Amino acid sequence: MWDYTEKVKEHFENPRNVGVVDRIDGDGQVGSLSCGDALRLTIKVNKANDCIEDARFQTFGCASAIASSSALTEMIIGQTLDEALKVSNQDIANYLGGLPKEKMHCSVLGREALEAAVANYRGLPLPLADSPIVCECFGVTEKEIDRVIRENKLTTLEDVTAYTKASGGCGRCTPQVEIILTRILKGVETAPPIIPTPSNGGTPKLTFLQKARLIEETIQNEIAPALMHDGGDIELVDIVGNEVQVTLKGACAACPSSKRTLADFVTEKLREQVSENITVKEVRP
Amino acid sequence: MSEPKLIYFDNNATTMTSPEVVEAMLPFFGQRYGNASSMYPFGGEVARELRNAREKVAAFLGCEPRELIFTSCGTESDNTAIWSALRTQPDRKHFVTSRVEHPAILSNLPLLRKQGYSVTEIGVDENGQILWDQYITALTPDTALASFLWANNETGVIFPIEKMAAAAAERGILFHTDAVQAAGKIPIDVSKTKIDFLAVSGHKFHAPKGVGLLYVRRGLKYTPFMLGGHQESGRRGGTENIPYIVGIGRAAELALTNLIDENIRVRALRDRLEKGLTSAISYTRVNGGSEDRVPNTTNISFEYIEGEAILLHLAAKGVCASSGSACTSGSLEPSHVLRAMGVPFTAAHGSIRLSLSIHNTEAEVDEVIRIFPPIIAKLRAMSPFWQGDGPAPENGMLTCETGACQVCA
Repeated sequence: MWDYTEKVKEHFENPRNVGVVDRIDGDGQVGSLSCGDALRLTIKVNKANDCIEDARFQTFGCASAIASSSALTEMIIGQTLDEALKVSNQDIANYLGGLPKEKMHCSVLGREALEAAVANYRGLPLPLADSPIVCECFGVTEKEIDRVIRENKLTTLEDVTAYTKASGGCGRCTPQVEIILTRILKGVETAPPIIPTPSNGGTPKLTFLQKARLIEETIQNEIAPALMHDGGDIELVDIVGNEVQVTLKGACAACPSSKRTLADFVTEKLREQVSENITVKEVRP
Repeated sequence: MSEPKLIYFDNNATTMTSPEVVEAMLPFFGQRYGNASSMYPFGGEVARELRNAREKVAAFLGCEPRELIFTSCGTESDNTAIWSALRTQPDRKHFVTSRVEHPAILSNLPLLRKQGYSVTEIGVDENGQILWDQYITALTPDTALASFLWANNETGVIFPIEKMAAAAAERGILFHTDAVQAAGKIPIDVSKTKIDFLAVSGHKFHAPKGVGLLYVRRGLKYTPFMLGGHQESGRRGGTENIPYIVGIGRAAELALTNLIDENIRVRALRDRLEKGLTSAISYTRVNGGSEDRVPNTTNISFEYIEGEAILLHLAAKGVCASSGSACTSGSLEPSHVLRAMGVPFTAAHGSIRLSLSIHNTEAEVDEVIRIFPPIIAKLRAMSPFWQGDGPAPENGMLTCETGACQVCA
């Protein structure tokens, strides 16, 4: 049994601000059903002073996920967006009198939902999404891991997993997570990206027809089988210059996080086999 | 506010030690503290109690008393069986088990692989039933041991152990079964089967925690796990835990007479509970709910909500149950049993196991049926995947439920 504080229990029993705001100005959605916790945070913003007039949450998750969401809404209502963005996951945990270490990822989820809601309101991309996914099981990006380690001054792999879930699934990404952790512990601020980018040069010049054929073959022989193995599929729609237009299908089609991974995978394979100039665009079927 | 009355529906986790069992044990904590190995009557009388207990358990399992070894728990029994079977057949390097085993078995697999064994984990179908053809195909001349749960601790699903043991025996392969969740719930008569090893734990049938049993077929090559004195005919070192062994003996005796009650009254209670909950609440599914199931267990998923949150609300009402959700176990992934059965993530995280015993009553069942719906409604009302009376239409959140892609798998 988890050792929850009275405040966690109280917020779990009587969660504040459940639901959706009456005028959605910002909508932040993080997590997923498969991951075991998901949070949707909607905010209503006073445009005159940039203040959060109202915030509501919907949470799928355990007691600490519900309590963290509830606490977050209490903390940010009345704050300006910039003030709210200063709320860290540790602030959420502190507000609740602490969380069991294994549950700290619930506070991280809350903070990310807040950022997503504000980014949505401002029409900006998600701050940490522009980064390769390290943990495929839980869709955790390198930037997310990096920030959580720094902000919470984490020192062990176990802590990183407790805070981000990264490496808590199949474990394949454990070496990568360890690299990120070591890099930060050693104080190396600007390290090379851990996921190698395709190398340049060495690719012979192809005619468009050769290139198109090579793209088709790569998709058929290498990419499609790999996706099918994971319950998905891919269809080549068109090739415009170096832009390869594809449709992703099957099990993964509804899953934005997987889509991103798959798009990365498809791009990487095509660049490897055809040309480093290839870009991949997903088009609707 | 007074504390609510406890309703204990978690008997697959552990059971109440029966008052009769406690009573039988007490003298051995007091005046009768002798060592069964001693030469004087003060010890010899204790040795007689040890024999009595062994006979009672033998009657319970349908074997000879000398085929039984008292251990400290089901896990020790499982480990002993596995490593004895492997060490006595050093030329065989293959181990067969299922994907839905208890950690007492599964935790051995990495070590086995490291030591050069190949391991085959047989899958189950959507009802939790063993994939028979896969099982038969996996049995090879190199197979040292096949080890399978008799009844699954999470779902209660019963494997056709007699048939599986016979198939192994036909091919000259040793067969072990972890019968921890079967003993006391379904009749067991080892003498009528081809089972070579069978593990039992006392505290799952109203004996105390800290005592288990291993059946080892007579004449089988055996090597002890716990090295020590000549206790248990040299098959398990360590001074016998007499009070607990007396306890498990008494519990076995009671379990044998209670089997009928278990199979008629407890089964009826379980069915009433299952029917009551699934008809009062929408979007539920019974995991492994076929006929091949122990009479006391039901595993129900309440979709679109998470198990730990359900358990905490239940606990506030005095109801004890458990969940296959990731959050309850401290791991980050939901139950390996439910995932092996292909239960979608929408349901796996919201699974609740309710396991009854002869000490439960119809009034308790009805109370739980009454307590559940508002809890489920409250949690669904705050779930982003739920709207009104059903699942929310796709709102952009990740609802991929197959678990088939790289991200979810």
